[in-house]
Amino acid sequence: MTAKINPSKGAPHARIVGVGGYRPVRVVPNEVILEHIDSSDEWIRSRSGIASRHWAGPEETVAEMSIEAAGKAIADAGIDASDIDAVVVATVSHFKQTPAVATEIAHRIGAGKPAAFDISAGCAGFTYGLTLGKGMITDGTAGHVLVIGVERLSDLTDKEDRATAFLFGDGAGAVVLGPSKEAAIGPTVWGSEGDKSQTITQTVAWDEFRSGDVSQLPVDSKGEVKFPAITQEGQAVFRWAVYEMARVAQEALDAAGITSADLDAFIPHQANMRIIDSMIKALKLPEHVAVARDVETTGNTSAASIPLAMERLLASGAAKSGDTALIIGFGAGLVYAATVVTLP
Amino acid sequence: MATKEEIVAGLADIVNEIAGIPTEDVQLDKSFTDDLDVDSLSMVEVVVAAEEQFSVKIPDDDVKNLKTVGDAVDYILKAQA
Ligand SMILES: CC(C)(COP(=O)(O)OP(=O)(O)OC[C@H]1O[C@@H](n2cnc3c(N)ncnc32)[C@H](O)[C@@H]1OP(=O)(O)O)[C@@H](O)C(=O)NCCC(=O)NCCS
Repeated sequence: MTAKINPSKGAPHARIVGVGGYRPVRVVPNEVILEHIDSSDEWIRSRSGIASRHWAGPEETVAEMSIEAAGKAIADAGIDASDIDAVVVATVSHFKQTPAVATEIAHRIGAGKPAAFDISAGCAGFTYGLTLGKGMITDGTAGHVLVIGVERLSDLTDKEDRATAFLFGDGAGAVVLGPSKEAAIGPTVWGSEGDKSQTITQTVAWDEFRSGDVSQLPVDSKGEVKFPAITQEGQAVFRWAVYEMARVAQEALDAAGITSADLDAFIPHQANMRIIDSMIKALKLPEHVAVARDVETTGNTSAASIPLAMERLLASGAAKSGDTALIIGFGAGLVYAATVVTLP
Repeated sequence: MATKEEIVAGLADIVNEIAGIPTEDVQLDKSFTDDLDVDSLSMVEVVVAAEEQFSVKIPDDDVKNLKTVGDAVDYILKAQA
């Protein structure tokens, strides 16, 4: 017999109700990067726009940074941690795969027994998590959802690789999503291009690192086997980002039913200032749109970059609560996700 | 199909738009990096724009061989054929 099943009842819409970020205490200027690679401050700034980044210390674990960011987001939302029904953590740099770090975070912030899990979607991870969280709220499986993007990319950086050593940073960004009467998160335009999976990848898989023929593995200048790191085909990724991602960003505006003139802010994934500048041109963003340029002092923090940049744009006064912002994440996969949101 | 003159003029506009170089400076014998201040990333943007404008494909591996404006013009002429 096919029994009649109750449908779930969700809120009409979802919105971001709070945002918070955590940046590690240690600031690493380009001079420190230059101790290990043949390059210059001028080259790094002109090719990437990066002047400094934060690298986490031993105490600033993925969980600790997340808890700090989450605490700020929850306070900003003006809710109690116990109101959170789901915790979604986007990361590629939590080295203890079992259990998911989301459960420890949920427990330690005092959220009780929410649904909690990690997702892996590279630099699109935050926007993927936001999309899942929105679905939970409109579906009715959660009232409030905590979405965290967190990375310790310094652990996955080859400090002697001049193509990547200067790019990555560490940190955590979090948002709280809650119910809304009006639409405040637009349709997400997302996808993947697995045929380009080799353009951003890990040098050596964990199992090869453990049991592979060590003589085949890359070694550093001291002759020691290198820890796995993120490697990329920079030009191919740059081309994809400036060309394809501008189109995806435009599709997200179209899907939301607005034009770039309706935007107050643009918060793209903070990969490279040159990519950001190129997207601004391609989208013909009007002068009045505030653009997040957090990459200059934060570097590329993958899944953490959008909420960190959002928090900073709001804190600086360049954007304010209620403003309309376009966000777009893109990276290893290759994967991407873009949507329009009302800022908390 | 664009003629050689049209391709030079089109590239000059693209280089002007991306690197702010006066169009009259974009001559066949000019090197993108050494003479026109187009660095490796701007070069990618130039290539992407040229692909759109002239309906050709210029793969990453070939971009490295386009040292001068003349190299790019010849490449586009051949690719159109
Ligand atoms: C990483 C990146 C800045 C490198 O720039 P690039 O122009 O592609 O660099 P290339 O490797 O082609 O090198 C260009 C030139 O600079 C030199 N170079 C490379 N790295 C250098 C460094 N760190 N310092 C100084 N010179 C460097 C190269 O030797 C080469 O010189 P040559 O032309 O005389 O041979 C760029 O490719 C990039 O940012 N891509 C996007 C990556 C990204 O954002 N990924 C994450 C997406 S989520």
